[in-house]
Amino acid sequence: MKEIKLFPKTGSFAENKDVAKAIRISELTPALEENEKVALDFEGVTSATQSFIHALISEVIRREGVAVLDRLKFKNCDETVKKMIAIVVSYMQDTL
Amino acid sequence: MRINLPPGAFLGNLDPFLREFDPRDPSTLTLSSHPKWVYVHPMVLSMVAALSLPIADKSKINVETMQAKSRPYFERMGLFKFLGSTGQQPVTEHDPSGRFIPLTRIRDSESLNRFITEMIPLLHAEPERVNPLKYVISELVRNVFEHSYSPYGAIVCAQFYPKSNSIKVGVADTGLGIKRTINESHPASTDTEAIGLALTPGITGATKRFGGNAVNAGAGLFFIKSIAKVNGDFFVIYSGSGMYKLLKSKEKERRKLYLGPFKDRHSKHDDFPYWQGTLVGVDISLDKHQPFTALLDLIGDTYQKHHKKRKKNGFKKAKFI
Repeated sequence: MKEIKLFPKTGSFAENKDVAKAIRISELTPALEENEKVALDFEGVTSATQSFIHALISEVIRREGVAVLDRLKFKNCDETVKKMIAIVVSYMQDTL
Repeated sequence: MRINLPPGAFLGNLDPFLREFDPRDPSTLTLSSHPKWVYVHPMVLSMVAALSLPIADKSKINVETMQAKSRPYFERMGLFKFLGSTGQQPVTEHDPSGRFIPLTRIRDSESLNRFITEMIPLLHAEPERVNPLKYVISELVRNVFEHSYSPYGAIVCAQFYPKSNSIKVGVADTGLGIKRTINESHPASTDTEAIGLALTPGITGATKRFGGNAVNAGAGLFFIKSIAKVNGDFFVIYSGSGMYKLLKSKEKERRKLYLGPFKDRHSKHDDFPYWQGTLVGVDISLDKHQPFTALLDLIGDTYQKHHKKRKKNGFKKAKFI
């Protein structure tokens, strides 16, 4: 499983959508396209904006469909980050 | 242009102040103020500072000498520096720790990141308490970067009020404004109609598609309005001739979030003096501050309730390890 550590790129408050987009394009999407399993590791990230999470994962859900969630895991998330991810994952499925 | 700072202009009683704003002749700015008392919301300060930026010739900015006792406050907030005014009496600038975030112009991602990091110690508050503030500033300023196309960026300031234990925030830009941005993808014939769409999650000027595109969900303003709503605070958006104000609501009503902003207790007007760009003011009560996670639960439930077509069989949850 490929692990992508967020904290070194985002700091404790993940809000920079440019960073989210860069991670998605350079690391997340290529790994998923190779059919790899991916864990986004949020260790050290204590808060994230909805915009950041959306920029990070919405496009892979839209392109690959809901089945991508079988290969995409979220690791070491604190409660705030978990809930933000759950919201984005949920509303993205309403738009498919 | 002409602005008169009144004795008091906070989000609850902002309307008369905004109605007096004279936007004619954008090449000049005259700022006058009440002779005795001037206490205003940070949104008002951000507004005045933002108006001054496009005026290259600072001699066209006329700041009538402020007589009010609160003049040192405006000095400390950096207002006169923004206006390039030299006519005010000198004042000893105090250490701002624990009180306010002075007027700051933010033009790119890196300076936003630095601003958010540096503003926390200024407020001397527990990290959990400033989470909503970080959230609000990040989302509002990124909206300016992505949608306003203003060459002047976002003007931000905030003030902590110990008596009410609240933080008041103002963010201003002089860019395209909400109606023009929303009209890129959605029809809206008035400014308040456009503001209403901008506050509805899933709608963004970046795409016609509900749910947004790869980088825009159209949910940022909805989240901010929700932070204000659950805490029983004011939230104001002013763009073009339109102004939407989320009014304070009773305890019982606060836990009901609506996807459409006009279902919330609010006031709206489409006949205000024209603001070229967007102004946002928000109050964040720290006493009543709901845990951020509780707010996210409410938002999640609201989305779910309003999407009844969701297919039970095909729906997947995020997997946390």
